[in-house]
Amino acid sequence: MERKKTMVRDIDRTVYDIKDKVNPSYQVREGLTAEIVGEISKAKNDPAWMRDFRLKSLEIYNELPMPGWGPSLDGLHMDDIVTYIRPNTPMRGNWAQVPDDIKNTFERLGIPEAERKSLAGVGAQYDSEVVYHNVREEVRRQGVVYTDMESAIRDPKYGPMVKGHFMKLVPPTDHKFVALHGAVWSGGSFVYVPPHVKVSIPLQSYFRLNAPGAGQFEHTLIILGEGADLHFIEGCSAPKYNVANLHAGCVELYVAKGAHLRYSTIENWSKNMYNLNTKRALVEEGGTVEWVSGSFGSHVSYLYPMSILKGENSRMEFTGITFAGKGQNLDTGAKVVHAAPHTYSNISTKSISKDGGVCTYRSSVEILPQSYGCKSSVSCESLMLDDRSRSDTVPAMDIRNDDVDVGHEAKIGRISDDAIFYLMSRGISEEDARAMIVTGFAEPIAKELPVEYAVEMNNLIKLEMEGAIG
Amino acid sequence: MLLEVKDLKVSVDGAVILDGLNLNVGRGETHVLMGPNGAGKSTLVNTIMGHPAYKVERGSIRFDGKDITHAPANERAKAGLFLSFQSPEEVPGVTLENFMRTSRVAVTGKPVRLFAYKRELKEKMDGLAMDGEYASRYLNVGFSGGEKKKSEILQMLMLNPKLAILDETDSGLDVDAVKIVSQGVEKFKNPENSLLIITHNTKILEFLKVNYVHVLMDGKIVKTGDSGLIDRINESGFQQLAASGAV
Repeated sequence: MERKKTMVRDIDRTVYDIKDKVNPSYQVREGLTAEIVGEISKAKNDPAWMRDFRLKSLEIYNELPMPGWGPSLDGLHMDDIVTYIRPNTPMRGNWAQVPDDIKNTFERLGIPEAERKSLAGVGAQYDSEVVYHNVREEVRRQGVVYTDMESAIRDPKYGPMVKGHFMKLVPPTDHKFVALHGAVWSGGSFVYVPPHVKVSIPLQSYFRLNAPGAGQFEHTLIILGEGADLHFIEGCSAPKYNVANLHAGCVELYVAKGAHLRYSTIENWSKNMYNLNTKRALVEEGGTVEWVSGSFGSHVSYLYPMSILKGENSRMEFTGITFAGKGQNLDTGAKVVHAAPHTYSNISTKSISKDGGVCTYRSSVEILPQSYGCKSSVSCESLMLDDRSRSDTVPAMDIRNDDVDVGHEAKIGRISDDAIFYLMSRGISEEDARAMIVTGFAEPIAKELPVEYAVEMNNLIKLEMEGAIG
Repeated sequence: MLLEVKDLKVSVDGAVILDGLNLNVGRGETHVLMGPNGAGKSTLVNTIMGHPAYKVERGSIRFDGKDITHAPANERAKAGLFLSFQSPEEVPGVTLENFMRTSRVAVTGKPVRLFAYKRELKEKMDGLAMDGEYASRYLNVGFSGGEKKKSEILQMLMLNPKLAILDETDSGLDVDAVKIVSQGVEKFKNPENSLLIITHNTKILEFLKVNYVHVLMDGKIVKTGDSGLIDRINESGFQQLAASGAV
């Protein structure tokens, strides 16, 4: 019998692909020069230290080489990228005041609805600036600060805190694109949770890049006091254009003694996006950082959230899923440094590649000489849906202490014809059988994603039948 | 006639396994298929169910009045065919309960009423001495051999096919499990539906009235008889049967 080839479909991108008319109040010209950086700094009314920081970062950017080890960045030309586009509105604390076109975009993405239903606060960035920020009154009363970075820098109380932490964990010298970030960053969120304050429902920042040929460089800085608890969700998307867009955000997370932070990301950039993002957490004694990461979009991604386990008994858990379709080369994974004794890390990832998509899992586990009694386990599983797709695994381990327990497991596979036949023999169509197997493969990760993003996962794999997710 | 297999020639990866095979199964009948290891029994039932690796080179398969020779497996399931697999696949991330609900909807084309469905599932699992916890476990993942076979019989009971084919459902089971599975099959059987059973064992047949026994050797059915044939084979073996000219 001739085999029919039915494929698991692409992510339904309709809602993300709706473009607004580009209507900025101000933008810089393409390219990256000291004049442009100075212009951004002036437009943003930076304090002097920030202006100096930007120019210093630009110098570092010009000195550092392009990364030569990952997916090709040949299609990215900095001379063509507009690094700053200010939307035609100031930041609002009320959706009614946000201009209709921008508000409608966030409505379509379900942000205001999620805010009403299940979030403690929302920040929404459109191109280079945050257009909406709000936090529930009861959370504000707990002393929680959740605002845009620009307001935080100028705040008399929190300005010094920002200055003391901004790009201290991820210095501009780290790599070329984080130096770029230091030079042209704009927007993003600042969160401060005071000691022993537990925020019971999540905060969410959503980043939308609407303009073609533009870059988005938001900075997220989260500082948790001792024993604090927070779940932060980050979402991002953009409509598709024929020119390259660039995202080089930076996330810095400070988790104090005994604090707990869960950081969830759903990345759904369009397939013309170069996503060169840098995220890092510093975890003190007995603290925990949990990363949940879904990477579905972008043309090229380099994304390896890093955790530095600085204090004894600190912990990190990373749960990630990556889905690469046609024209996508997604290089994702995680890094951890065990810098203290009795620290624990667990990295669990899954990837799916189809239609010529490439998924590379890349990780690094480092255990320093002083870090005895550590435990680390790494597990990565890949599923390739056809012969044209690729999946690679590049795990690195650097273990400098003998008294540790380290495990690594990697599995790469394809959908078995026998499994499809088995499901089909129970009346399920071939397409649904494939979808069921892929959904099942992703299920242990999917159930870690924020509930309000369930729809994203449902878009991932088209499900014709009800209740197929286990 | 419910199932009519005519002059079937089947190859796998270019090797001919069945050639000139004929088999008829009528409504309400119970048939037993026997034969030495490697004779092609599993090839036959996988071909009847529509596994794409088994290539039909000649002949036809009709089921319930329709030619299904080249129909995809899911269409055969919808027509009322069921195969209990010798080694059922494991499907991670899909629970038994949701899988069977999806399967029920696909086969019947009708939505299920959730509470009635759950009650029915619970009853049938109880009947097979299956722990209710299995409903929320991933399909066959980490199931023992016996649990996998019970899960197959559970699926048969939930889908209620016109013809159920059991491919060595009783092999590798302990005495108690064989008894439970046999009782499940007995419960399924009614005057309307039919069974085609591959077995090396007679335990599973204890509660059933067997109408025909077929011997498959050298790619075709070489002998058909009544249930008495089982005893003769068990006494003297397939080779003896062939050599004696009984064929």
